[in-house]
Amino acid sequence: MQWGSLAEFFAMGGYGLYVWPSFGVTALCMGGEVFAVWRRHAAAAGSRDES
Amino acid sequence: MSGTGINWFKYSSPQALYPLAGRMIPWFAALALGLIGVGLYVGFFVAPTDVTQGDAYRIIFVHVPAAWMSMFLYVIMAIWAGLGLGLNARPSFMMAQAIAPTGAMFTFLALFTGSMWGKPTWGAWWVWDARLTSELILLFQYIGIILLRSSIDDLRRADRASAVLALVGVINVPIIYFSVRWWNTLHQGASVSITAAPTMAGTMVTAMLVMMFGFWMYSIAVTLARMRCVIVERERHPSWGKQASMPDAVEAR
Repeated sequence: MQWGSLAEFFAMGGYGLYVWPSFGVTALCMGGEVFAVWRRHAAAAGSRDES
Repeated sequence: MSGTGINWFKYSSPQALYPLAGRMIPWFAALALGLIGVGLYVGFFVAPTDVTQGDAYRIIFVHVPAAWMSMFLYVIMAIWAGLGLGLNARPSFMMAQAIAPTGAMFTFLALFTGSMWGKPTWGAWWVWDARLTSELILLFQYIGIILLRSSIDDLRRADRASAVLALVGVINVPIIYFSVRWWNTLHQGASVSITAAPTMAGTMVTAMLVMMFGFWMYSIAVTLARMRCVIVERERHPSWGKQASMPDAVEAR
């Protein structure tokens, strides 16, 4: 492993400002999509007593 | 084939697809979580810092899988759309409908992460370069297909119109893929090729491929989940009222 400390890991060799938003927005989009589909399914199947 | 006792034709109806998709989703979701977890671990803790790009290169672990999925999902969507048109099969149109939003999301992510990578390496968030421009057009294609569908009330016409648009637009996928070869572009060439030795360290390639398979499994899981939404929504759609509804199908899971 190349990271001496947690701070070094978050700094990403000075590119943290670019690396973390990339992974963060990707996680947000994918998590958000799962949530949206879950809500959509709950709304669509809501009135029919279906899990 | 004869001994399995599985009648594959029965899975081609929405009634049978609903519970089948419901049973498949947890497996693909678990695979996605596992693969993405391993991919992130290898990508951040095993793969070394790149000599020329420093740690900025680690964006590749989301950028390339997202870009790959954006093109791959478009082709799959177009294939379902084409099958729908050719066989006049409702489930095929429904699959195409279920794939489009996920494809659009990965196209956005490919552009966003590419921008995040472009700034430190090229010095620009965006350039009007062949690869970037054709990928931006792909995003507009996805949005156009989604909007066209939602603008037509008659489901049969919405299915056919968006399928035709999806099929016509498939021409852009090879343009995106080969853009780095056909035009003189700022974007680097393919990171992994079957014909050439990888230009990256083994652990870098491993992390990227594992993330790619993770995104692939994620796409299958979320698309099947959206397919289930579409099945229930269509059952309720006014223009389908005259057709046989599927109350048994949705309850039978």
